[in-house]
Amino acid sequence: MSDRPRSAAFYGLAAFFCLFVAFLYGPTLTILALSFQGPQGGLTFPMNGVSTHWFGKLWAGLGIVDIWGALWRSLRLGLVVMLLTVGIAFFAGLAFRKRFRGEGALFTVAVASLIVPSIVVSLGIGLEFRLLDEAVKGAAAATGWGWLQEHGTVMGLYSSALGAHLTWTLPFGLLIMFAVFNRFDPAYEEAARDLGATGPQTVRNVVVPILAPSLVGVALFGFTLSFDELARTSQAIGGRNTLPLELQGLTTTVTTPEIYALGTLTTGMSLAVIATALGASLYLQRRRARRGLGAA
Amino acid sequence: MTDIALSASAPAPAVPAPASLTAKTRRRQALAYLQAAPMALVFLVFFVVPLLLTLMVSFWEYNEYEIIPAFTLQNYVDVFDGCAAGDLCTTFRTYLSTLKFCALTWGFTLLIGFTVAYFVAFHVRSKTMQMALFLLCTIPFWTSNVIRMISWIPLLGRNGLVNDTLMGMGIIKSPIEGLLYSDFSVVLAFVHLNTVFMIVPIFNSMARIDRSLLEAAYDSGATGWQTLWNVVVPLTKPGIAIGSIFVVTLVMGDFVTVGVMGGQQIASVGKVIQVQMSALQLPAAAANAIVLLAAVMVMIAAMTRLIDLRKEL
Repeated sequence: MSDRPRSAAFYGLAAFFCLFVAFLYGPTLTILALSFQGPQGGLTFPMNGVSTHWFGKLWAGLGIVDIWGALWRSLRLGLVVMLLTVGIAFFAGLAFRKRFRGEGALFTVAVASLIVPSIVVSLGIGLEFRLLDEAVKGAAAATGWGWLQEHGTVMGLYSSALGAHLTWTLPFGLLIMFAVFNRFDPAYEEAARDLGATGPQTVRNVVVPILAPSLVGVALFGFTLSFDELARTSQAIGGRNTLPLELQGLTTTVTTPEIYALGTLTTGMSLAVIATALGASLYLQRRRARRGLGAA
Repeated sequence: MTDIALSASAPAPAVPAPASLTAKTRRRQALAYLQAAPMALVFLVFFVVPLLLTLMVSFWEYNEYEIIPAFTLQNYVDVFDGCAAGDLCTTFRTYLSTLKFCALTWGFTLLIGFTVAYFVAFHVRSKTMQMALFLLCTIPFWTSNVIRMISWIPLLGRNGLVNDTLMGMGIIKSPIEGLLYSDFSVVLAFVHLNTVFMIVPIFNSMARIDRSLLEAAYDSGATGWQTLWNVVVPLTKPGIAIGSIFVVTLVMGDFVTVGVMGGQQIASVGKVIQVQMSALQLPAAAANAIVLLAAVMVMIAAMTRLIDLRKEL
């Protein structure tokens, strides 16, 4: 097929693809432009001069909403979710190569976790933690122990919200690990073992370096999916919101380009993370190719 | 992803190992359990148990202050309140509205996703270019959904770019009102956000198609359309199924997109649950969640059947 000349279909499809990309990126580019709106400018075109006025206002804070606190919470949570996703998905991937009883069940649960509507998962986790709180309060009343009396809630960023995020990132991580291990040549491990490496040594010095570019991909999924997660977090977080939750609230209350400035900022951060991850992945691949480890 | 599913769900070989190997095999098994344990634990605590608790609480009573662990079917009766009376009750109307969004979004994402994936997989010749274009389609998936919704405001608003342009060209005299905060903008945002879930699995399926099959079809005199319909589409069905499952479940359970793009005025099943949850009517929310889950499961079952039907014939 590749030696035949380009057909008319090619140009039609290429045009369609370009339109799709414009559809995909166009709106984001509009708010990127409008976030540099002049001080007198509004939510729509025309641009009323060009300034960084709205970024300045954003920096000073958005009234009662603690936007920087929320951003900081989202960043920290995203990092924790990223590390846990890479670690847990990698070891689960190793386990699935060995085959074990219950692997079918675990795989089914992982896929189910991906496709059960987020609001249902979120509600369930919210319920679970509320019932836990009730149980602790009941225990406090029954026992009268002092250290139980002060109990507020077990719901929070690093308990219920973290768990909610993991139910979303881990299935992606596991599926990527499957795809990766499917193409992984076990000869490298056998060679390491023949040379006298122990199991942990093989994993650390052979498996991890070869899989490093893919692990970076898992990390990218872990961080960005957590950083933007909204539906699963909504019912499973205590009093302090993450950034996407605050953003959702702001859509109805903020009527100035400040919200576009915030959009430009968070999109910029996401893009920086994506670029870093893709760059790191590419670098690791190149380095491996240079060292002659071949394509795995 | 279907290959993965097959290899993972196949039963483990139950052949007894030779005596010299059993100790080693047992150690490998123990290690496998240890390595899978963290993931199993996370899913147990944050997925399986919460779903079971939701089922349990959906049968509990409640009043304005607390939930009471006493068995009742009242929450389910409330969900379908008035549905037997002939005309449409609130729940059915909400489901109908959500199903309409679902069908429209599914149709558009499938058409667009298939076309885009087909172009990248079969018309782009260099592998590097394929990867670059594929990435171009997936990068927005990693950025904030809420921001991507908000970014339609300057385009669709009353004085937005679309209205201004159309008025400037003299096509319309007064701005179109229903562009933003309407069914239209909700479907538009759904398609905008979810087409990637079609592109990735369909592209994945297409990438596995043996190119010599297309050559054979061409050599046998099939036209482009015939090849597409009789060779590419059947072989892409697993990808289409996976993409469809993603899109359907994302739209069915949605409350954020409908909320933001509908100006908080349009009902959806997810939104009902969210509102009841914030009003602390937990058992009612749980019952609605179980009904939603059942509806989604039926839809997924129907879709997987449609796909497997051909293999069974």
